[in-house]
Amino acid sequence: MSATDLTIKPTSEALLKTSGNAGVRPPRNYAQFIRWMLLFGGGILMVMPIVYMLSTSFKFPFEVYNLKLIPEEPTLENYQLVLEDGRFFNWFTNSLVIAVLTTVSNVFFDSMVGYALCKFKFPGRYIVFIAILSTLMIPTEMLVIPWYLMSTKLGWLDTYWGIMFPGMMTAFGVFLMKQFFETVPDDFLEAARIDGLNEFQIWWTVAMPLVKPALAALAIFVFLGNWTAFIWPLIVTNSQELYTLPVGLTTFSVEQQVEWELIMTGAALSTLPTLVVFLIFQRFIIRGVVMAGLKG
Amino acid sequence: MTLYKNLTISQKQIVWAWCFLAVPAVFYVTIRFYPTANAILVSFQDWNLLGTRTWTGIDNYVKLFNDPVFWKVFKNTFLYLIIGTPVSLIIAFIVAYQIDKVRFMHGTIRALYFIPFMTSAVAMAWVWRWFYQPVPVGVFNNFLATLAIPQIEFLNSTTNALPSILAPAIWAGLGFQIIIFMAGLRSIPQTYYEAARIDGVSPMATLWEITLPLLKPTIVFLVVFSSIGFLRIFDQVFNMTTNNPGGPLNSTKPLVLMIYDTAFNGFDMGYAAAQTVVLFLVLLVVSLLQLRILRDR
Repeated sequence: MSATDLTIKPTSEALLKTSGNAGVRPPRNYAQFIRWMLLFGGGILMVMPIVYMLSTSFKFPFEVYNLKLIPEEPTLENYQLVLEDGRFFNWFTNSLVIAVLTTVSNVFFDSMVGYALCKFKFPGRYIVFIAILSTLMIPTEMLVIPWYLMSTKLGWLDTYWGIMFPGMMTAFGVFLMKQFFETVPDDFLEAARIDGLNEFQIWWTVAMPLVKPALAALAIFVFLGNWTAFIWPLIVTNSQELYTLPVGLTTFSVEQQVEWELIMTGAALSTLPTLVVFLIFQRFIIRGVVMAGLKG
Repeated sequence: MTLYKNLTISQKQIVWAWCFLAVPAVFYVTIRFYPTANAILVSFQDWNLLGTRTWTGIDNYVKLFNDPVFWKVFKNTFLYLIIGTPVSLIIAFIVAYQIDKVRFMHGTIRALYFIPFMTSAVAMAWVWRWFYQPVPVGVFNNFLATLAIPQIEFLNSTTNALPSILAPAIWAGLGFQIIIFMAGLRSIPQTYYEAARIDGVSPMATLWEITLPLLKPTIVFLVVFSSIGFLRIFDQVFNMTTNNPGGPLNSTKPLVLMIYDTAFNGFDMGYAAAQTVVLFLVLLVVSLLQLRILRDR
């Protein structure tokens, strides 16, 4: 199924209903109203934790105990305090650089492998595909210890590379891209071949632009995964300068103990970037997640 | 270059295929396959990171199966799975089924349910931890106090702590499950519903006889996907119990936290590796069982 038909709602259902039993219309609208109210109320409940987090980040300590959503004396003091600390900028940059680099690497290499497995005929193709796919069964947690030993030996502890290397390619991405390259007609590639492009150029200039929606979906998934990644960055980093945002937030919150307004400010600072991006590209992101979820 | 030109088309394909696969092949061998083998190898050894690696056979596994903490942890891990998966999937299905019927502000409502999925588990663990605090700090207990309902000990009680930690995990995952369910619902051809309506089939029967059976691929995917997530729960537990990870009295400790503790606080690498192998087997068996059971029906 394609995700593009998400917004199309067949009207036949409504037509049938109104013409078939027109007399029941008002109660049905009443029921519809209740359904809408319940759904909307549930939706509001879903975002309440985030709303409370934001609201408290603008409160003075004495107001934290107040359940009111709008602070009586809104303040930016918490943000000042947290940002003056300076570490948050550091952690933010680390997370951003790491998430961006991993995303670029995944988009490049996963689609390269997906393309090779889909469009080239070579002996062992099936074995390579199964081998890559089998890594999906192995949980990260099983590899954490060997990765740690590897990093100790090679001096990768406490470096960006150390944080990034396990996620530079994912079998999920390979599988997703392979699925999408199946939809690219071989005739296109053949035409480019006759025009004298080499295989690398064909992949990059002909095939890649045709699977842009899939690349975007993969990018969203990988970015979000790395932005919120916790256990591996926690293990591989020792010095605070190299912490990612989630690891930094844990450290920061443990230090603050009962200063909940400061903890909420820190949480808000690490949540806001993805939240803002989501609000801007909402439809696009939801479509991407559906696409990645269904094909992957 | 002339050598390349003399190759046949299919030979050129082989050359190109391996050009494309060269770097990824190195990656998969060194960062995926070798570490997997190494984890299994270390699980049969005794090693505290500094000393020498000594071969101990299945000692680590014997120790693990005789460790009461492991059985406690094993039970907790399955509790996360057994409560988390059905609860989250049932809520997600009901919400998706209803949103599908709503047209007014459809996009906004969908977005409200999806937003928690975009947050980081660590940040939200702290928000929920604050919610769970006793009066006068915690939101939940404050709310209960205004209704004159007795206080609930959330994170300090051995019985309530596990569901309390599970709640934000379920909450954050709902958005993903809902939009996947909605996509699944949309893929069911409307003609089935029209036929059912003409035949006078009740809405409940339509749900059981048409919607759910046709939604099976979506359900199978979500069951397996979210089960793996709940079996690997870590971020929420670690952050909501930082003063006593996995506490109180190990009542919330999942297998991944035990692995983390053994490896990076106790530096007992062999023992921790044995635990990771058990985790791998648990994930494998659970996924295969679910696929088996759900596919057959």
